[in-house]
Amino acid sequence: MNVQVPLTAQDFKSDVKPIWCPGCGDYAVLSAITKALAELDTPREKIAFISGIGCSSRIPAYTNLYGFHGVHGRALPIAAGVKLARPDLTVIVAGGDGDGLSIGGNHFLHACRRNVDMTYVIMDNEVYGMTKGQASPTTSPDWCKSKLTPEGTGISPVEPIRLALAAGANFIARGFAGNPAEVARLIVEGIAHPGFSFIQILSPCVTYRPEEREWKQAVHASETEPAQIMAEAMHRLAADDGFTTGVLFAGNRAPFMPARDVKTTIADIERKFAS
Amino acid sequence: MAAYSVSVALTGSGGAGSMTAGQILLDSASKAGFYGLMTRSMGPQIRGGEAAALVRISSTPISSLDDHYDLLIAFDWGNISRFAAELPLSTDSLILCDPAQGPVPDSIATYGARVAPLALKALSERVHGGRGNMIGLGAVAALIGLPIESVLHVLATQLGRKGEEVLAASTASVKVGAEAATLLPPMPKLPEGNPHGASRWNISGNEAAGLGALKGGIKFVAAYPITPATEVLEWLAPALEKTGGALIQAEDELASINMVIGGAFAGLPSLTATSGPGLSLMTESIGLAVASETPLVVVDVMRGGPSTGIPTKSEQSDLNIAVYGLHGDAPHLVVAPNSSTDCLAATQWSVYLAEALQSPAIVLSDQAMGQSRVIIDKPAESPYVADRLVADADIDGYQRYALTESGISPMAIPGTPGSNYVADGLEHNERGTPSSQASDHLAQLDKRARKLQNFDYGDNWADVEGDGEIAVITWGSVTGPVREALDRARAKGIKAKLISLRLILPALPERMDAALAGVNKVLVVEQSHSQQFNKFLRGHYDLPADVSVFSRPGPLPIRPGEILTRLAVWE
Repeated sequence: MNVQVPLTAQDFKSDVKPIWCPGCGDYAVLSAITKALAELDTPREKIAFISGIGCSSRIPAYTNLYGFHGVHGRALPIAAGVKLARPDLTVIVAGGDGDGLSIGGNHFLHACRRNVDMTYVIMDNEVYGMTKGQASPTTSPDWCKSKLTPEGTGISPVEPIRLALAAGANFIARGFAGNPAEVARLIVEGIAHPGFSFIQILSPCVTYRPEEREWKQAVHASETEPAQIMAEAMHRLAADDGFTTGVLFAGNRAPFMPARDVKTTIADIERKFAS
Repeated sequence: MAAYSVSVALTGSGGAGSMTAGQILLDSASKAGFYGLMTRSMGPQIRGGEAAALVRISSTPISSLDDHYDLLIAFDWGNISRFAAELPLSTDSLILCDPAQGPVPDSIATYGARVAPLALKALSERVHGGRGNMIGLGAVAALIGLPIESVLHVLATQLGRKGEEVLAASTASVKVGAEAATLLPPMPKLPEGNPHGASRWNISGNEAAGLGALKGGIKFVAAYPITPATEVLEWLAPALEKTGGALIQAEDELASINMVIGGAFAGLPSLTATSGPGLSLMTESIGLAVASETPLVVVDVMRGGPSTGIPTKSEQSDLNIAVYGLHGDAPHLVVAPNSSTDCLAATQWSVYLAEALQSPAIVLSDQAMGQSRVIIDKPAESPYVADRLVADADIDGYQRYALTESGISPMAIPGTPGSNYVADGLEHNERGTPSSQASDHLAQLDKRARKLQNFDYGDNWADVEGDGEIAVITWGSVTGPVREALDRARAKGIKAKLISLRLILPALPERMDAALAGVNKVLVVEQSHSQQFNKFLRGHYDLPADVSVFSRPGPLPIRPGEILTRLAVWE
């Protein structure tokens, strides 16, 4: 007889070796996600882990969940398709700032407003790592280290948390890869919260943005309970320095899920064509 | 009963009611026991543009327009010149128009048809609430010999819910129109209809595609509205809702195709429908479906291209993008229905193929058959339903992309314990782990090509009809006029064979060789400017040396007589 042994974080990891650089923040995110899943105790086969393209988007292969590593920028629609087709599955989406906020930016807006029950983790390192160091949508305008934009981008960065709030995400949090225990807790809460949960994780790129190691000094935990109404969250986030970690908004919108009742047969429907 | 048909064009500005009159005319013909077809030609305006309902009524099944219209009724002449080229008339044709609308415009008068006055406006004033289009409908029905009772029956069925007043006005208008027709020049009359009970269907190609999807087992649809594919979705939305499926309106076509990939990965047979611009946006992710071996169906209802092109009118010019549009070596399925009716069977078959082969299938319909409404014999039941080869639970060392002999590998559905895997658009090894090794790439390329090439497609790959040393090779909606041209050719003693290709990809050279046995002359007929189909045939098949091509872009439909002229050269 099988004895149910509680799963550990290690049980959610595959034997595939990550392509990430030593010191990459994404290792900690992988650990945090697997730790969160072990804590949630959801059967592995009932979780679908979806991603797009980029360094961080490689993450599903490093777990032993059902996963989909799709094309650049389209992780959210694949994930929505999975959840809408199979409401019984727990759906997690992960990727980078370029994947989710530049090429996939439109899907981000609509995923927030569609509010399908899933959890989206952006590992934000403010750079395109896989293509070797170009500015991303979250890069500050005066970052001059890319050969593509040697004078800096000169344009304001996207602010993912404020964007998510404005677009209607139902749960919004920020974590820091240097604090994986907090990240794991945020992921547990995000998965448990109904609707679209968005978690920005500041995840340093030690190769192209070594200065991001300094984030460790910049981050600070939120000192307030999560805002539950949008106006309050907006007020707070207007003054936010971009380094407040914790749950920043926890709304109560009902998730979107079409009803699935069989009311009739195809034979009945096609009878209407009889002339 | 000998084949007999009559073609009627009902034209006017949007709001004049030509579409309503055409629809009721077609429904009345069905009620009276005839077959029929109605296509629509419209300008781009949402309201108030030019519009024509093009109705053909026949004693035998039809899937083509005729060479010209026997009767044209103009409710007004507004903007008629914009589509006069789509309204060919002969010198025997009759034009009905209200003298109050002014003289027949040159673009129409140039056909030299007979003209008869019908004072639509004055006659409609005789009826309380009378409408010119219903007066015209009555006159048309009487002129072509369609029993007026069938028209009145359809009116009662369709307008009953609009209230007694509306019904009474329409009924009276039709009667006044029919009475007025006694003063008009006579036309040949329809023979007696063949009443049929419930054995006939009244369906559009887009509805048929939706029904085919449903019957094939589609449970999940994500799509973005686009002309002329929207009716596929509008039909499917309530149908899925009532049968336990779901249709999602996505934010764009990029989302549509990826939601469909997600739905299919999660285990549900999934589909999207679009037109050229949407297909262009989807191509990257159709490639993802190839690489990740995710089954899905994309119905492309083609319209004039490139770019925004001519959204409301038909063309067969998405063949190239459907066949060659994916980057990399990306074998996939392309299936083309060849009539409004076949939109049902071909789409249903495509669902089956996509699921059986774990491959994307592009269904190339077009505006001409998608937005045509036909009266047909009830289609035969098709055996094809989605049946995916799925993996069992707890397979030790499960390999999603295992190199099987058929090339088809069991696919684990999320929720199946112990067979977890990550689907990937990156090249991968058998297990699914990303790999850039030459050996893995070659093995997976071979596998994906093999599964399509070795599959038994049966006789659905093409409609091969007739015999002779001449063959007409065609595809899609142009098959209708080709079929009719070949019927006429046979009546003239010209023996010729039809090969209408339904399975575009993969190409099956051995089947084509067999179909071409004994053929020494080929006429290729298609509706594109650059001979896309001819070039496709040359790239994939061995044709006889003597090949002639009749290729013309949309929106002018290809007509049977034009094909017959080209065949007669070989007489």
